[in-house]
Amino acid sequence: MHELTMPSFGADMDDGVLVEWHVQPGRAVQRGEVVAVVETQKGAIDVEAWQPGTIARLIAEPGQRLTVGKPLALLAGDGEDWKAVAASAPNAAAVPAPPAAPAVRASPAARKRAGELGIDLAKVAAAAPGEPISIADVERAAQAVPQASAEDGMRAAIAAAMTHSKREIPHYYLGCEVEVETAHRWLAQFNEPLPISGRVLFAALALRLVALALRETPQLNGQFVDGRFKPATATHLGVVTSLRRGGLVVPTVHDADRLTLPALMAALRKSIERARSGRLRSSDLADSTVTVSNLGDLGVETVYGVIYPPQVALIGLGRVAQRPVVRDGAVVVARTMNVTLAADHRASDGLVGARFLARLRELMQHPEQP
Amino acid sequence: MIATFRDALRDGLRDALRADPRVFLMGEDVGRYGGSYAVSKGLLDEFGEARIRDTPLSEAAFVGAGIGAALNGLRPIVEIMTVNFSLLALDQIVNNAATWRHMSGGQVNVPVVIRMSTGAGRQLAAQHSHSLEVWYAHVPGLRVVAPATLEDARGMLRAALADPDPVVIFEHAQLLNVQGELPQTPSQVDIDHAAVRRPGRDVSLITYAGSLPKCLEAAQVLEADGIEAEVLDLRTLRPLDVGAITASVSRTRRALVVDEGWKTCSLAAEVMAGIVERCFYDLDAPPARVCSAEVPLPYAKHLEDAALPQVPRIVSAVKELLGHA
Repeated sequence: MHELTMPSFGADMDDGVLVEWHVQPGRAVQRGEVVAVVETQKGAIDVEAWQPGTIARLIAEPGQRLTVGKPLALLAGDGEDWKAVAASAPNAAAVPAPPAAPAVRASPAARKRAGELGIDLAKVAAAAPGEPISIADVERAAQAVPQASAEDGMRAAIAAAMTHSKREIPHYYLGCEVEVETAHRWLAQFNEPLPISGRVLFAALALRLVALALRETPQLNGQFVDGRFKPATATHLGVVTSLRRGGLVVPTVHDADRLTLPALMAALRKSIERARSGRLRSSDLADSTVTVSNLGDLGVETVYGVIYPPQVALIGLGRVAQRPVVRDGAVVVARTMNVTLAADHRASDGLVGARFLARLRELMQHPEQP
Repeated sequence: MIATFRDALRDGLRDALRADPRVFLMGEDVGRYGGSYAVSKGLLDEFGEARIRDTPLSEAAFVGAGIGAALNGLRPIVEIMTVNFSLLALDQIVNNAATWRHMSGGQVNVPVVIRMSTGAGRQLAAQHSHSLEVWYAHVPGLRVVAPATLEDARGMLRAALADPDPVVIFEHAQLLNVQGELPQTPSQVDIDHAAVRRPGRDVSLITYAGSLPKCLEAAQVLEADGIEAEVLDLRTLRPLDVGAITASVSRTRRALVVDEGWKTCSLAAEVMAGIVERCFYDLDAPPARVCSAEVPLPYAKHLEDAALPQVPRIVSAVKELLGHA
């Protein structure tokens, strides 16, 4: 028994379509006799028998596409009963094998890691051609492909907001030096009986006084939307927070003017912790009504802020340092801080901004405000 | 103190005989001749004929007698010359020792310890050289241990005697002359856990008994090529310490099992199956094995060497695993 198979008519031929049979079962054939016609990329080609014998069974049907080497027919040899041959062999080839899934050779660990990293194994190169992809190959690929990271997204968001701000918002800037000696001393006394974990930072006190000062200049607290200013009904301070890995977020201290100082401190600590750990809630970011940027800790003397749209003001707090001040006609040393205001001229005028700074300076001298 | 593996085994026997009057040793040539591998040399003089008993050449009879003694309250240590000969006692071990606790509904247990030599490398030909540990490791009801270090050679016997059920101890003949430092006072060793004999991060060499020194040597060779091989000594072949195997392979992601038994249906096969079952998603290469050639172990030195796992084969198998071939 022989198999008559789909012949190859060249190295580039992968398969062919059977066009017609020239023989039927029971027909004796000679070597070289044409038994079928197949269609290939080179045209219709005759298929010859390579051995003499009797056609026992036709396996392929006209119209069927067969890869090279697949059986077309069974041929009974000399002395073989063609009917027995036809009956003996199962008609295996009639059921085409399901196409194999495109195989990427990769170790289980590589597959698992690729899944974790969201990497397409088909695009990972093995260390050497023909070798399976290893976990090291996946990790190398992960480093090579710059992922659209959260940091990139944040950068893009900052870029969009700040471009919008500088293009749309006519900023005006005011600044003044505020003496904070009294406030610092008062805070030291306030902190003295408290456990270290409960102590209040000057930044928290400054935020509270900013929030209180804003009560009297509502033109700075709100949003400019649809061509007009809408004052906010509460004072939610956005606190600019730099992230160690780069970028910044602005978590919100809600109702900053109504919180007691320790409560404000606690709220500030929590929101900054959430910001730094990347677990901010939507409410942390969405609804601040005015922004405070405190870069004094980093040694900045004066902050020239860019308003975070659609807000209308940004208050900048500079470095607290001992500076010469004139008091009662004499130069004395006292701690001061440069406070600046960047405000939207569409919503307010310089007079409003000046009033705000004056009020803040006044409050700094009375930090015990209820 | 510097001692040989053989000394350590003898120390272990002496220690056990002194500690418990119910303990006695019996087997072929263990008394007057001092043991076919000279392990029990001198013990007859020290402990007398009642406790160091020479037996006729009848494995089924004296292993059966040991099981009977254990059933009746003694703590026998039965020595069988080689694992090949133990096949004559397989019926006693598999059908009696291993089954009594189960078949009696827990009424009787068989605290017998059966020691036997195993392994090749001494030109003792096919009837004295095979590693059939896995035949016993297959059987529920038995605990199977295989010391590979001096401390285990001395200490595993005490732990085996403390086990209320039958324990088979395999002593690899090639290890007997291995010398090393043995602490004066015996430390307590357990017979539950595998032991990392050398830590490494690139590949786990999992082995036991006579193949341990080969793996350690291979690890040293590999170190020169910058490959850090971890060597895990299984110690107990039944029940296998699957936790230790899993922990090691999950970390190194590559496993080579080195087993002097034949590859087909080997202990290495069981270890590998466990690795695939438990560590599949951690594997970075197909687990591999270095085992003995599937022939009766040859007598001729060069053929015997060629049939057994050797350091160069272990080294090249590791390199293949790591894609450095």
